[in-house]
Amino acid sequence: MKKIFIVMAGTLAAMMAAASAVAAINVFACEPEWAALATEIGGDRINAYSATTALQDPHRIEARPSLIARVRNADLVVCTGSELEIGWLPILLTQSGNAKVQGGRPGNFEAAQYVSRLEIPKVLDRAMGDIHPGGNPHIQTDPRNIAKVAEALIARLAQIDAPGAESYRSRGKAFLERWQAAIARWEQQAAPLRGLPVVVHHKAWTYLEAWLGLREVATLEPQPGVPPSPSHLAELVEGMRREPAKFIVYSAYNDPKAAGFLSQRTGVPAVLLPFTVGGTESARDLFSLFDDTLSRLLSAAQGKGSK
Amino acid sequence: MFRSSNRAPAIAALTASLFFSTAHDAHAASDDDLKELREQVRQLKDLYEKKINELEARLKQAEQTAGQAKSSATAAQATAEQVAVQASSRTAGEGAFNPGISAILNGVYGNLSQNPTNYRINGFVPTMGEVAPPNRGLSLGESEIAFSANIDRHFRGTLVAALAPEDSVSVEEAHIQTLGLSNGFMLKAGRFFSSVGYQNEIHAHAWDFTDMPLANKVFLGNQLAEDGFQIKWVAPTDLYADVGLEFGRGRKFPGGPDGGRMKNGFGSTNLFAHLGGDWGTGAAWRVGLSHLRTRVHDRAFNDVDSTGTGVTNSIGAASRLWVIDGVLKWAPNGNASNTSFKLQGEYFRRTEDGQLTYDTAAASLGTQSGSYLSKQSGWYLQGVYQFQPEWRLGYRYDRLDSGTTGLGLVVGGALTAADFPIFASYRPTRNTLMLDWSAGEFSRVRLQFARDRARAGIADNQLFLQYIISMGAHGGHKF
Repeated sequence: MKKIFIVMAGTLAAMMAAASAVAAINVFACEPEWAALATEIGGDRINAYSATTALQDPHRIEARPSLIARVRNADLVVCTGSELEIGWLPILLTQSGNAKVQGGRPGNFEAAQYVSRLEIPKVLDRAMGDIHPGGNPHIQTDPRNIAKVAEALIARLAQIDAPGAESYRSRGKAFLERWQAAIARWEQQAAPLRGLPVVVHHKAWTYLEAWLGLREVATLEPQPGVPPSPSHLAELVEGMRREPAKFIVYSAYNDPKAAGFLSQRTGVPAVLLPFTVGGTESARDLFSLFDDTLSRLLSAAQGKGSK
Repeated sequence: MFRSSNRAPAIAALTASLFFSTAHDAHAASDDDLKELREQVRQLKDLYEKKINELEARLKQAEQTAGQAKSSATAAQATAEQVAVQASSRTAGEGAFNPGISAILNGVYGNLSQNPTNYRINGFVPTMGEVAPPNRGLSLGESEIAFSANIDRHFRGTLVAALAPEDSVSVEEAHIQTLGLSNGFMLKAGRFFSSVGYQNEIHAHAWDFTDMPLANKVFLGNQLAEDGFQIKWVAPTDLYADVGLEFGRGRKFPGGPDGGRMKNGFGSTNLFAHLGGDWGTGAAWRVGLSHLRTRVHDRAFNDVDSTGTGVTNSIGAASRLWVIDGVLKWAPNGNASNTSFKLQGEYFRRTEDGQLTYDTAAASLGTQSGSYLSKQSGWYLQGVYQFQPEWRLGYRYDRLDSGTTGLGLVVGGALTAADFPIFASYRPTRNTLMLDWSAGEFSRVRLQFARDRARAGIADNQLFLQYIISMGAHGGHKF
């Protein structure tokens, strides 16, 4: 027993020494878009890690040991919030033994707090599917939200890492300037999309629709979080005969079968959108995420979607 | 409608007046006059048309402005509503700080070829605890009520009360844990599921099968919850590594007697360590090693000796249990929405060394004491495959080895092995197959079939149909 303790203490000391040698600010992002945003603002001063990839459903993530290890070493946890990560983030936080990143501390950043959320349910009942009391959490599909979150994140990074405050502010300012210019460009490009009816797999595109003026006419999931059922898809085929949509939108982590089935039956093109950074090959950063999203929507609207 | 109905009478009036005036003048006027008149009429007509067009344009503009005003008013109203909802989504008043509350309900239908009331795991007695399978027929399972919340910036509290179908309430877990310690340290105090092996820490509603592995039944009395405290440290490495130490009262099997001794200090210690990480983006793993040491006092159990008399025997010993556990979870790209696979296994090895007292009540051949030494082991391996959304199929294999128990009373010739039929060497096995359906994270219906050879020479075919639901706060599940 005594020997084990000595070995443990020795390992502990060695590991602590190793940890203190690393200087960069460790940012644990729950989703790839926040890792990308933190990198835009922080540059080399930070070390951003994304807990999930674009191919994973952020609602359903296991509280894996590797994630606990990352949270344990994080100086800042950046997540969407609005109960998106409720099934796994609280466990990571309590298991991490890291006081800095617990809720309410400066090291805990919830992006959804800084934007005005849509679809806040007036009635909470789980019979209505996987609904979020705090509103729809998929805020990153509107670039104007990213700008709002960026402003808050600049301030937060400056608070956590005071010596780098100037760097975060100047990098952040430069990013926001480029971002606002990009938004203006995207809005101009997206003008032909205004008012187009769209069917979505999951209610993941509410903010994109609000931004571009797309009209959501149906969802492939019968209720949020409930996988598409054959009977629901049959209803959609019927419904789209009466009210045709311009395209069927799904994201990289959705099973493409449902969208493909509906597309085949109705002739309405199914469009894969990146949803977040890494969702498609072209969506490598935040800018190319929206470049790719728009180019996919526009080509669908002009091409096969014109019939 | 509005536009055309206004315009029609105007044009009609104009045409009518033109008609009458031209008709009247035609008789007297010359060709020149007529020409002039026509010109005047044309000018008049042009003038009216221009005026009408102007009016129409103004009307259109006015309508547009009104429409815009209306839509911006609607938008403003929508925003106001959203703001109101956003504000109201935080409850105010005393209730605002209520803890997260959840309730678990479950019910089972059991169809067993052997009567569960005489369930035993031969070679591994006494196991104590709730090791028997569910009842025959319809029965309510254990219901749970759980409260948890952050207490302040330092602590988090959890209370889980179990309501047994026999109308008794027990405290399953009641502990506080620190939030405020740093450098990877965590402290937990109260009653909690001991971190020995993998399955022991998992709440019943999150089990992948209706019942516990045989090894957990015989070595941990189904599920070990200690009163005590646990200190754990997570290493600052990207590879997950933790070590921890628990000090407990020894209130339950394998400690004992039930409730623990009235003694200062502690009755059990558990030292554990885990390593964990990812393989690519699809797989995550964790392996663990734990060592539980308990001091057994007066572990009493019943047996039937060679004279056919029911006797009560008792063990006092040092119990040392080693557990190696491993779990691997896989999903394509780490996305478990459609398909996923979970592989889990544990190996247990226990040594007990001490004294056995035969016939403590002197009901048969008289009270006698001798040495007691047992080396026992067991393991299980289970796989659960989610083959499509909401549906999972699982298989589990259990195997135990009772080894040979060394009894001083038998070796010395005072008594014979026939006086301790319970210690006859045996290797219980069990095969279990299950299929479950979960409509979301809060409900599950499971069908399970097992062939249980825990009783020497008898196969028990067990069929269970079970529902498990959870209401209220969305508790997350550990890996």
